[in-house]
Amino acid sequence: MDFAFSEEQEMLRRSARDFLAKECSPKVVRKLMDESDAYDPALWSKIAGLGWTALGIPEEYGGVGSFLDLIVVLEEAGRALLPGPYFATMGLGVPALIEAGTEAQKKSALGAIASGDARATLAFTEPSARWDASGVALTAKPGGGGWQLDGVKLFVPDAQNADYMVVAARTRGEGEDGISLFLVEGKPKGMSVHQLQTLDMTRRWSEVRFDGVELNADSLMGAPHKAWPALRRALEWATAALCAEMIGGAQKVLETSTDYAKTRHQFGKPIGIYQAVSHKLADMLVLSESGRSATYYAAWAVDADAPDRSLASSMAKAYVSDAYRKVAGDGIQVHGGIGFTWEHDMHLYFKRAKASEVTLGDATYHRELVAQALDL
Amino acid sequence: MDFELSEPEKKFRDEVRAWLKANKPRENGSAEEGQKVFIESRRAWQKKLYEAGYVGITWPKEYGGRGAGFMEQLIFNDEMIVAQAPEPINVIGLGMGGPVVITHGTDQQKKRYLAPLLSAEEIWCQGFSEPNAGSDLSGVQTRAEDKGDHYLVNGQKVWTTLAHVAKWCMLVARERKEANPRDGLTYLLVDMESPGVEVRPLVQITGDAEFNEIFFKDVKVPKSQILGEAGNGWAVAMTTLLHERGTLGMALATRAQITAAELADHARKLGRGSDPLVRQKIAMYTIEARALQLNGYRAVTAMKRNGIPGPEGSILKLMWSELNQRMAETAVDVAGPAGQVGDGGGWKYQFLRSRANTIEAGTSEVLRNILAERVLGLPRSR
Repeated sequence: MDFAFSEEQEMLRRSARDFLAKECSPKVVRKLMDESDAYDPALWSKIAGLGWTALGIPEEYGGVGSFLDLIVVLEEAGRALLPGPYFATMGLGVPALIEAGTEAQKKSALGAIASGDARATLAFTEPSARWDASGVALTAKPGGGGWQLDGVKLFVPDAQNADYMVVAARTRGEGEDGISLFLVEGKPKGMSVHQLQTLDMTRRWSEVRFDGVELNADSLMGAPHKAWPALRRALEWATAALCAEMIGGAQKVLETSTDYAKTRHQFGKPIGIYQAVSHKLADMLVLSESGRSATYYAAWAVDADAPDRSLASSMAKAYVSDAYRKVAGDGIQVHGGIGFTWEHDMHLYFKRAKASEVTLGDATYHRELVAQALDL
Repeated sequence: MDFELSEPEKKFRDEVRAWLKANKPRENGSAEEGQKVFIESRRAWQKKLYEAGYVGITWPKEYGGRGAGFMEQLIFNDEMIVAQAPEPINVIGLGMGGPVVITHGTDQQKKRYLAPLLSAEEIWCQGFSEPNAGSDLSGVQTRAEDKGDHYLVNGQKVWTTLAHVAKWCMLVARERKEANPRDGLTYLLVDMESPGVEVRPLVQITGDAEFNEIFFKDVKVPKSQILGEAGNGWAVAMTTLLHERGTLGMALATRAQITAAELADHARKLGRGSDPLVRQKIAMYTIEARALQLNGYRAVTAMKRNGIPGPEGSILKLMWSELNQRMAETAVDVAGPAGQVGDGGGWKYQFLRSRANTIEAGTSEVLRNILAERVLGLPRSR
């Protein structure tokens, strides 16, 4: 057993941190927040130039680097609050394509993503906001030699910039039976994307409507009706990836708050000398470190296809969802009034924490999955 | 990053598993079945483990250890969970006494003390806390007076686990007063059979007397029993505590997994497993116990590189103690009033005993100070 990243991965982390400090400073994050879609094509090209859009993609489809390398970069992306579709593409779109895509789909879509030419996302949740198979109600019916999609997907991350969208649809039955996946390229007729006003403006969610959208037969991913197991596996990859982003953010909050507690003086002393403050920071450390352990293990388990990959990813998401929210909230508290200002960056992390908490299932949802695994 | 076991590790695991299956005592001794029976059955169990080479797995071979790595220790711990096997008796000696002798002891001391500690022939206890020196160890008042070839020890220690059956006590005593109260302390290994040592049981809120007070009256301790340098006992004490919270931390991570599994069983048996609130709580504890264990694994990887446990060990002890209290509380709660009657399905004792978890081996407050100061680098509050 070796529970640490390799020397090469640590080097990747350092270079990612340096790059993001320069190219994705808080100033850049705020500028992108104000843009209509939180996306900067020039920044994306640079990211692709570093090879980050090829991480975790199999070599035969143009990929370079492992899923664990991607975890390292995502952690740094979360630390820098990198706006835009990096997580949606690499954390949602790519796993869905790898798990469910046909050879032709993988070749074209993964290849375009790896080279930096395309972005992707996963359209799964609907107005019910459920993360289990029962939440999929959007229908796909055979017709005209292909398929016709009708329904609404809601809270779709970075849909506005997705060149490829993996869409979960119901082709029959209920629950896990009858789930089919489709790869939608571009914006076919009848499909409309409406950006939502989101709490976390660094990452946009959209409502995506399908009104009689006609797709070719070859847009179906794998066999019809039977996509749930592949989709579930894709969600496990995605969950580990999201947790990595979240712990990167939590770590940054902890460091910023600790630094502040060392320099901010009240009653003639740095506030970090008072145990009411220092013990809060100690608790933030415990949450951040434990979340990190759970996340790294989940990433390994998913990547190694360990028997407990599903349990490990649920455990990580349950823990990290609560931990990041708590750490980010306490970060504001440690900073006092300045932490509550728009000018200070604490609220950006607080909002990202909240948005990530409900993405891919919140702590309550994943604890229930753990309870099921315990045969309770 | 890799969690797969290597071929030799797999072989070791299978060996341990088979051995535990064949040799595990049928009854898990519980603290309630009478102290004497409990102590003797646990002592016999440790001896058996020792003879099979499963005690002191990471300790050097020449002193009776197995000379293996942390991985083997982890594998062994995990197999103990799977087998639900009882712990060996000499927890203080194995977690602290041995490691501190290995770090600070002379060759002669290593030869003298380690093997009987491993075989449970000699049980160890820890004489640090005093009525006026709890979290602040530098306040110890027990005196060690230099008498040439020996020390004369006078004073009192308290909260001493296993003192009533121990052969050796790791004693921190004041040799002389210095401007810095951390200077002038001497770390002695005291023979508990020496004239002038008196052990009195201390009845706890559980009704048991698992801890003791020790009184030292003109106790002669030969200078060959100084550990480290005379007057430099603080450094030796700190090594002891580092091991207490680090190595012991891994054992606690193991214990947390067992408790979480027992709690799930308990809820299932009571038919409370379908209650959504109970499900949420038990899942939460199970996740925290697992995170605790994974923190330990990361600490072990770091330890493999640096040799000694870092202050991260304090995270394990802090998390475990608070988690253990919440688990015991939930166990009593899910049983309703019946949880407080009779032996409460075995949890009533744990419910009370766990209150000490956040006090013994470093209070949660002290541990948070350690994390704040040594890991985060915040200014010292004292």
